[in-house]
Amino acid sequence: MSAPRPAAGILPAAIAVFRRELLAEWRTRVAVNSLFLFAFAVLVLVAYAVGPTRLSPEDRPTVNAVLLWIVLFFSAMTGLSRTFVHEEDAGTAAALRLSAPPSGVLLGKLLANVALLGAVTVFIVPLFVVLMGFEIMDPPLFVLLLLLGTFGLASASTFTAALVSKASAKGALFAVLAIPLLLPPLVGAVLATRVAATEADFSAGTDFVRLLVAYDGVVTTAAFLLFDAVWRE
Amino acid sequence: MQAVKSLGFLLKALLGIGMAAICWGAFLYARPAQSFVGESSRIVFFHVPMAWVSTLAFFIAAWHSAVYLKKRRIESDDAAAGAARLGFVFCVLATVTGSIFARVMWNSYWNWDPRETSIVLLLLVYGAYLGLRGALDDPERRATLSAAYALVAVVTVPFLTFAVPRMYQSLHPDTVINARGKVEMSADIRTVFFSSMVAFMGLFYWMWNLDRRVSRIVRERAA
Repeated sequence: MSAPRPAAGILPAAIAVFRRELLAEWRTRVAVNSLFLFAFAVLVLVAYAVGPTRLSPEDRPTVNAVLLWIVLFFSAMTGLSRTFVHEEDAGTAAALRLSAPPSGVLLGKLLANVALLGAVTVFIVPLFVVLMGFEIMDPPLFVLLLLLGTFGLASASTFTAALVSKASAKGALFAVLAIPLLLPPLVGAVLATRVAATEADFSAGTDFVRLLVAYDGVVTTAAFLLFDAVWRE
Repeated sequence: MQAVKSLGFLLKALLGIGMAAICWGAFLYARPAQSFVGESSRIVFFHVPMAWVSTLAFFIAAWHSAVYLKKRRIESDDAAAGAARLGFVFCVLATVTGSIFARVMWNSYWNWDPRETSIVLLLLVYGAYLGLRGALDDPERRATLSAAYALVAVVTVPFLTFAVPRMYQSLHPDTVINARGKVEMSADIRTVFFSSMVAFMGLFYWMWNLDRRVSRIVRERAA
């Protein structure tokens, strides 16, 4: 890869970081492999152990909603810390610090993680729906929840990854730090997914959609405000 | 200097007498509240102040974290870390006392009532914060990163403590700050309850000061 030119604005820098992340990922495919394979392995385990027939019809929406978000959450935990941890391991963080403004770095990495987790979601959710016999009564609400939930997961994880990349015992610490931050949107997303599976009426889920939008906005804003201090440390 | 010392001694003595008086008041003076099983309402004099102090400590830790990021003085980090350590202890105590009350009142130690969920979240945040501190060796790096984490946590926690519980029915007795905007307690309970709130906050403040002094001494000896 040619040396990145110093980018003045936040947006050009973010786009440059984003493209670099995807390019580097395309060359090694470490995060993609671990995310996709982990998600797929967990899905196979769940589908084999629980399957579509072993649940009573009244339990199905709740259990499936929980399992789906557990698969997505732990996939995020396996792959998304790499963005920042890799920079510290490879010793490239200092160069990146010099060549791009902090907000641009965070935005670029956040977009890369959103793309990565989004790809996993697109891959795993149809499989989950088929293998588990998960019937969705309100597909638009379901898709909206997946979008908001994935963004929230990626946003909080990206910031947490920046924190743990400076610490020892990175792998274990990443999940420990991310879980308290991600519990509120996950609880909301699970409850809302159950609503989407049982009720065809979109308005039944608007409270949860509002909760997720608010969470995504708040956590992303906080991440951008605080990232400066974390990144320069 | 002598005046400050004797004032400190006086306050500590007051705190000791006050805590003793509250124990007496909680078990012998206040009558059991109606609509509670047996004597179980007495736990309110301990459980609620503990929960309140643990929440307060969390906001104090976040406040001092913000001050640290602004001013970069290590004393602010001591204050934040001390508040978090004590907040964690009070949070464990509030969880345990709440669970005992739940057993007596609703015949189940734990049923994921929204209040129980939110205190578990607070425990997890405290645990994560202290875990992060443990994983960082350099004092300045530890101060900066844990301050950033505390501030992100302080904006996400209210979603589970305030937003999600409003979407369910809670079994938890009405909180002191309730929808009707007034305190509904008999006079004897109210007296002991608010004295206990003040005493627990005093206790927290005293322990917090000790913790900060210990942190400073440890740092000065290491230097």
